[in-house]
Amino acid sequence: MRRQFVVTLERLLEEDSRVVLLLGDIGVFGFRHSFAKFPMRTINIGILEQASISFAAGLAKEGFIPVFHSIAPFVVERAYEQLKDDFCYQALGGNFVSVGASYDYAALGCTHHCPADISLMKSLPSMQVAVPGHPHELDTLFIQAYANGCPTYFRLTERSNEEKRDVVFGKATVIQRGDALTVIAVGPLLETVVRAVGGLNLTILYYTTLSPFDGDTLAENCASGKIVVVEPFYEGTLTNDIVASLQHRHVSITSIGVPHRFLTNYGIAEEHDIDCGLTSEAIRRKVEECIHA
Amino acid sequence: MYSSVLKTFPDDHRQEGRDRFILSKGHGSLALYAVLAEKGFFPSAEFEHFAEFESCLGGHPDCNKVPGVEASTGSLGHGFPMAVGMAIGLRIKNSSSHVYCLIGDGEANEGSIWEAAMLAAHHKLGNLTCILDYNHSGDRALCLGDLRQKFTAFGWQSCEIDGHDHQQILMASTPTRGEVPRMIIANTIKGKGCQVMENNPAWHHKAPSPAELDSLLAQLT
Repeated sequence: MRRQFVVTLERLLEEDSRVVLLLGDIGVFGFRHSFAKFPMRTINIGILEQASISFAAGLAKEGFIPVFHSIAPFVVERAYEQLKDDFCYQALGGNFVSVGASYDYAALGCTHHCPADISLMKSLPSMQVAVPGHPHELDTLFIQAYANGCPTYFRLTERSNEEKRDVVFGKATVIQRGDALTVIAVGPLLETVVRAVGGLNLTILYYTTLSPFDGDTLAENCASGKIVVVEPFYEGTLTNDIVASLQHRHVSITSIGVPHRFLTNYGIAEEHDIDCGLTSEAIRRKVEECIHA
Repeated sequence: MYSSVLKTFPDDHRQEGRDRFILSKGHGSLALYAVLAEKGFFPSAEFEHFAEFESCLGGHPDCNKVPGVEASTGSLGHGFPMAVGMAIGLRIKNSSSHVYCLIGDGEANEGSIWEAAMLAAHHKLGNLTCILDYNHSGDRALCLGDLRQKFTAFGWQSCEIDGHDHQQILMASTPTRGEVPRMIIANTIKGKGCQVMENNPAWHHKAPSPAELDSLLAQLT
């Protein structure tokens, strides 16, 4: 997905002279061609995230479309107030592209984990949020949204689904329809979900845009009133959106996501999947429980 | 600044060719509003409604409500790095406009000020001038010492002036075509000219009574 980010940005730098790429001292080698070709608009800004976000806002004020890139906690948590004041409140457009997701860099410890990013970003009025599950989807969503005039967050991950899906920014994709319940699968967890529910008669909705949340597609596809949401960040992050989409309906919502605690183990991401219950086996158990509840 | 230094267009306040002035210490909004109204950016009748529910004039300025306000500031340490970003944006556009920014010494406690100072020097932003209102109001928490020396060490061309002397402000802020950002350390006294207010922290955030106002005005004229 990081490679695709480079390809997409190289193309946009070429095609749209408003695009300015700011790297928080990561991905510098990957973007070597952009540095050579567009030295004014490709900037390795350094390891100073607060000033970087405000600086990006200054660029946006001058009519540019900044794209800031760093590891998730440094994009979202380190410079949160800058995102709030300098982009959302001033009503400026810009793109914030993180890598690392909840625990891709498992061995680096909690300082480099970021399971809170989506709930934080969703709390900011006007911030748009995309979680692509495949490199091709990143390209599609980025092209559709990068110049929409809103601050937009893209959560990239080292792990993606093998199959690419047709996605549209702001819309959910219906993967299959069934009766027993509705599963909401987010971004890179789709494949795990599809594997988990094999043979079960249920609906799968695939979400790659989380703000704005496509409540209509959910409302049209949950006749059972039973919803299981599988989210690759803190569990419960999407509950408010689900409830708001289904006002005045009696529904039961089960959230499967990263538990709300520090993940103090190291190892690799797949070990954390097991620890967090984000494997096909664990998800299937929970889905079956919900069906029979 | 608005009379002699800045190129502005009150009737067309977003004109591309304008100079930018960013009030990073947003709590100075009242002074900015007064100047902008006098220069014709908006009618001074709006003052009657200051800080009312539907007023465009609040305790901190909103750039989407007040013509002439370049950035919505209030939280310290935001406007200055934005000004740095605007300066680099103008350079990419090959614009001859200049960016001015006003910060305070209390604001210079914020790490983002020093991050931005490094960025501006590294990127050789000769189209950026910053004025630091050094009224020492932050000393009770954190003494910043010789700020001229500090900014010089950060790669800025720095000078020190009497911040109450209009001639010195004018001399120091007239744009040059240098290759480094310029920092003007303006030594000031908080509440200068009004005896009861001078260096009295009680007046950091306070409105005078009508009687007090008469006496303050008498001292200023």
